[in-house]
Amino acid sequence: MSGALHDLWYGFGIAFQGTNLKWSFFGVLVGNLIGVLPGMGALSAISMLLPLTYVMHPVPAILMLAGIFYGSQYGGAIGAILLNLPSHPPHAVTCLDGYPMTKAGKGGTALGITMICSFFAASVGILVMIFASPLLTEIAFKFGPAEIFSIMLLGLIAGSTMSRGSPLKGVAMTLFGLLCGIVGTDVNTGSFRFSFGVTELSDGLELVSLAMGLFGVADFLLNVNRMKAITVNTKMRIRDMRPSMAELKEAFWPMVRGTAVGTVFGAMPGTGPTITTFVAYALERKISKTPEKFGTGMIAGVASPEASSHSKTQVDFIPTMSLGIPGDAVMALILGALLIQGIQPGPQLITEHPDIFWGLIASFWIGNVILMILNVPLIGIWVKLLAVPYRYLFPSAMFFIAVGVFTTKNSLFEMWEVLAFGVIGTLFMVLDFSVAPILLGLVLGPMVEENFRRALLLSRGDMTIFLQRPISATFVGISTLLLIGVTWSAWRGKQRAKLLPPIVPESAAQS
Amino acid sequence: MNKFHIKKDYYGGALMILIGLSAVFASIQYKLGTLSHMGPGFFPCAVGSLLALTGLLIAISAGEEKPNPGPSLGHPTGMPDIRGGVCIILSILAFIGCGRYLGLLPATFAVVFISALGDRQNTVKQALVISAIMMVIAAGVFWYALQLQMPLFKWDF
Repeated sequence: MSGALHDLWYGFGIAFQGTNLKWSFFGVLVGNLIGVLPGMGALSAISMLLPLTYVMHPVPAILMLAGIFYGSQYGGAIGAILLNLPSHPPHAVTCLDGYPMTKAGKGGTALGITMICSFFAASVGILVMIFASPLLTEIAFKFGPAEIFSIMLLGLIAGSTMSRGSPLKGVAMTLFGLLCGIVGTDVNTGSFRFSFGVTELSDGLELVSLAMGLFGVADFLLNVNRMKAITVNTKMRIRDMRPSMAELKEAFWPMVRGTAVGTVFGAMPGTGPTITTFVAYALERKISKTPEKFGTGMIAGVASPEASSHSKTQVDFIPTMSLGIPGDAVMALILGALLIQGIQPGPQLITEHPDIFWGLIASFWIGNVILMILNVPLIGIWVKLLAVPYRYLFPSAMFFIAVGVFTTKNSLFEMWEVLAFGVIGTLFMVLDFSVAPILLGLVLGPMVEENFRRALLLSRGDMTIFLQRPISATFVGISTLLLIGVTWSAWRGKQRAKLLPPIVPESAAQS
Repeated sequence: MNKFHIKKDYYGGALMILIGLSAVFASIQYKLGTLSHMGPGFFPCAVGSLLALTGLLIAISAGEEKPNPGPSLGHPTGMPDIRGGVCIILSILAFIGCGRYLGLLPATFAVVFISALGDRQNTVKQALVISAIMMVIAAGVFWYALQLQMPLFKWDF
């Protein structure tokens, strides 16, 4: 306990160093800015700025990326509340009650509540991270290849079945991602696989190009000439952002509950951010005394989902940093950034690179404070930014993608990958697949394969190794339960659909 | 809408089967090995077969009435606009070509100008203005400040 506080103190020392503080601030600012822009989320923001980190020291690099992550998350809420525009899917539920509040002239209050909830939830998430990570690390040291494979399996299954859309399609996308991860040199034998005779592919597919193709170019291809023009006539004043005492009271318990939901979901590997906010909203509506009022501007409907998304963001870092297993696509990108820096996240990270781990935690707090301070005066600018038409936005973003991808290896070859995955991603999305699990599969693929092979090498080909070791058996058991649960609920949903066909569609949030 | 939705699942499932089977086919050309000593082809072969199986399940369940799949997908699922799509793809190709033979500024102009023309509301003048702004950023931020390893102009055929 006192050890953790001592380490945290050390972390603050790191995070307050000039360069680190500067890059953390830069990350938060840029993340916030990109998050506000319509159609841009944390994924596109991080992948666009990832090449910048290649020339940086690992500590500021990771602090900046984390700052982009939570900054963009906060920015996304602004568009959702003020314009009914979920620039990032997790904020779709915030629209449901946030936009009615804006229409009732209480947009400022909603933003203020969001800000307070985010800060509270992030702080709780950070506390959980401080005390849970060392514990988790101790367990993680007992992990052999069998355990690592099983927990990755759990992460992949959870990530594919609990993300958006149909679970089967999620599984398909994860498997496709695993196949993408196979391209390149086989670590065990050194032979080239699936490289189609292209020497540039011997190092495997480039993470950044894949992300830019799937989340940048594919998005532009789908949205061009389809995005409706928006007009902003919201006037915001700083005074409006201060919620009254009664409103704060109304928001308090939803905020606590949302934080709890986010913490639990963050600790589970593979659960995406969208499902978290939806569960938090559904929970609020279920236990509310006036469920019929939801959708008309309930403060609880804004406070709880926003709190959940922010505590999840922080807690998400626990499995990523201490086990080396990313929880979702954004974490996969951050893990990729660490790997590029030559740092292998995992149980050794805290002891080998305490500067990264504790500096990151301390910078979360600093970053969240910066975010609070920044958003009060800048809110007027964000509102103006929301009005930047898409037709100016995407050509500029195309340039940033092109240059960013070029810098990853100083070669133009990676642009072909961007083009290919842009087209592939568009095709998948048109066919109602959700592309985020591909990234998870790509990053985890090589690790899954390596540990699978190593475990079976040790057991001389005995597949029951995964069930003989208790920790591994637990993870396999949870994965099986999860698969059964998803199948069962899909089957039950089908039965119910036969009885009373049209249920109220939740796709109202789509618009 | 429903009919189209079901059809989409047939196509989606078929596509997954196709990808899965081609992965299996490609991986059996490498050494498969045994469970205790896996060759480079073993894992891709396993993943490929699982993908084909998943594709089959998607296609089978496509015929049945589907309940609302929970949270929305968060992206439009209609077909892309032809002009926009063609321009965006062309702009990437133009960036690769100009970047290879002509240098950073022509490449920047090509990617921004061509993709901007993809939007039906952008006029040529507006597209020129955005490209000009981006060219300034390319030269000032990326080439000068970040020392991007691509000359501003070159003539390299």
